[in-house]
Amino acid sequence: MIFRKAKLAILESAMEGAAEPVPGRSLFQDAVARLIRNKAAVVSVVMLFLLIVFAIAGPWFIPYNYEDPDWAAFRAPPSLENGHWFGTDQNGRDLLARTLFGTRVSLLVALIATVVSVVIGVSYGAIAGYVGGRVDQAMMRFVDIMYALPYILFVILLMVIFGRNVFLLFAAIGALEWLTMARIVRGQTLSIKQREYIEAARASGLGTTAIIFRHIVPNLVGSVVIYATLTIPEIVVVESFLSYLGFGIQEPLTSLGTLIAEGADVLEVLPWLLWFPAAFLVVLLLSLLFIGDGLRDAFDARDR
Amino acid sequence: MFNYAFRRLLSTIPVLWIAITACFFVLRLAPGGPFDGERPLPEAIKQNLAAHYNLDKSLFEQYIIYLGNLLQGDLGPSFINQDFTVAEQLLVGLPYTLIIGGMAFFLSIVLGITAGILGSVYRNGIPDYLIGTVILIGLVLPNFLVAPILQLFFGLKLEWLPVGGWGGGALSHIVLPVVVLALPHIARISRLTRGAMIEVMHSNFIRTARSKGLGGGSIVWRHALKPTLTPVVSYLGPAASYLLTGSLVVETIFGLPGIGRYFINAALNRDYGMVLGTVVFYMILIVVLNLIVDILYAWLDPRVRSR
Repeated sequence: MIFRKAKLAILESAMEGAAEPVPGRSLFQDAVARLIRNKAAVVSVVMLFLLIVFAIAGPWFIPYNYEDPDWAAFRAPPSLENGHWFGTDQNGRDLLARTLFGTRVSLLVALIATVVSVVIGVSYGAIAGYVGGRVDQAMMRFVDIMYALPYILFVILLMVIFGRNVFLLFAAIGALEWLTMARIVRGQTLSIKQREYIEAARASGLGTTAIIFRHIVPNLVGSVVIYATLTIPEIVVVESFLSYLGFGIQEPLTSLGTLIAEGADVLEVLPWLLWFPAAFLVVLLLSLLFIGDGLRDAFDARDR
Repeated sequence: MFNYAFRRLLSTIPVLWIAITACFFVLRLAPGGPFDGERPLPEAIKQNLAAHYNLDKSLFEQYIIYLGNLLQGDLGPSFINQDFTVAEQLLVGLPYTLIIGGMAFFLSIVLGITAGILGSVYRNGIPDYLIGTVILIGLVLPNFLVAPILQLFFGLKLEWLPVGGWGGGALSHIVLPVVVLALPHIARISRLTRGAMIEVMHSNFIRTARSKGLGGGSIVWRHALKPTLTPVVSYLGPAASYLLTGSLVVETIFGLPGIGRYFINAALNRDYGMVLGTVVFYMILIVVLNLIVDILYAWLDPRVRSR
């Protein structure tokens, strides 16, 4: 009897608690909470945001632009007095303006290339995964082959052909950077394909194309966004790499890679020409990397 | 085992064929011919040049001739350095690239595995964090940024090492390029090793070994190391191709006379013949290295062979 009473009491107290509805938490809210707990990711989001704001808004507040020389200040070291906070280069161009402009270009290029790689990778992976069978095998074999070959070679090859057309070129980088995306998307598609709603769509007579692009692709958004965040820093590096070698962005335009290449040449006498662009590049890469990792840890179902 | 190696060897043929074909035709998309200069050549010379380089034949015929020459080891002519064929130029540069690349390869394996084991043994301890930080630097800093910084520090400030040049192959000239080339791979390999080692250390056979009373060192070296290394070996194939990409930059920065420099110069000078030849040569090199790594992998892990 006593036990029963105790049990009842417990039950009642439990009921009382339940009377006030506990707000439910969706998987998405869970993931966001996990992301916010990840300090490195939060700091990175703030840093990246600041960097983007600087890069976009900064040039309006600087009295110099990225291509016109200041005839009074050639090779000026960084100082607050003459207004060249980051110093000037051999041609008297303000390094702060150039760094901000270079950051803009690097980000823009990374965005274009990432969009291209996402479009190709998602379509390719989803088609291979959904159609399956021989088609899948052939398509993925092609990806394996491309994986084995260093795509930088193809990029340089395309560069030799396309020459100075910068945006076409970076679209070409994107067109070669989709391999991992295709693999991830294919894997996801294989599991989504088994779901009931796909079966329902097929039973109601929907065509393959419509199923792929209306029912499968929208459900891939999570992993695609995560992987795309990790693709951006990769492309920033590739762009800098190519610009460094002299294939990428050309004068008077500039990018972080071009600035670093120019800075490295005069490192001993004009060290600021390397340090400032390098710092921007490192902050940009680190924050993108931490955000990508954070997103993956927060949203990826495997670690739950 | 032999069977697997043979099948794997056969499977490289279509890969190479597709890659070579793609490169050949892509380069033909390029506007202008190799001899279109600022001053137009006399018609007769033009025709002779075209005949000499088979440019007067149809594209398909040229392609067949190219494949045929390739099978005989002829990578074609260089259009800028006309006194040398592509193969001759590559042969001059190859030893330098192989020495630097090979040393970086071994350095990254040795240091990467050591760092990975240390990181997993002292997991979440001070060595782990130290190694983790260095690794992050290796992963994030691109080599074209690391190289000038090291040049400034060791070459100009401390004056310990020369900033560039081959220097007759003296060790002091090789140290910096090899370190710069190896750094990202040390980082990746040690990450792989650390992860795999932690996973292996949780498996049953390690628990058995421990319950038999074996000491930590003997467990790590005699039992855990071999299964840990399989993911590392599978990384070595891609690593070869990353090393090659890295060598493009490293050779340019340190002024080394390897094939990376030839390639970059050819691409900047629009020497189509040289670019095509070098790319095809790189492809063959990488496919062969991948083949070796795959066979090595199958030898280490019998499960792969039966697939």
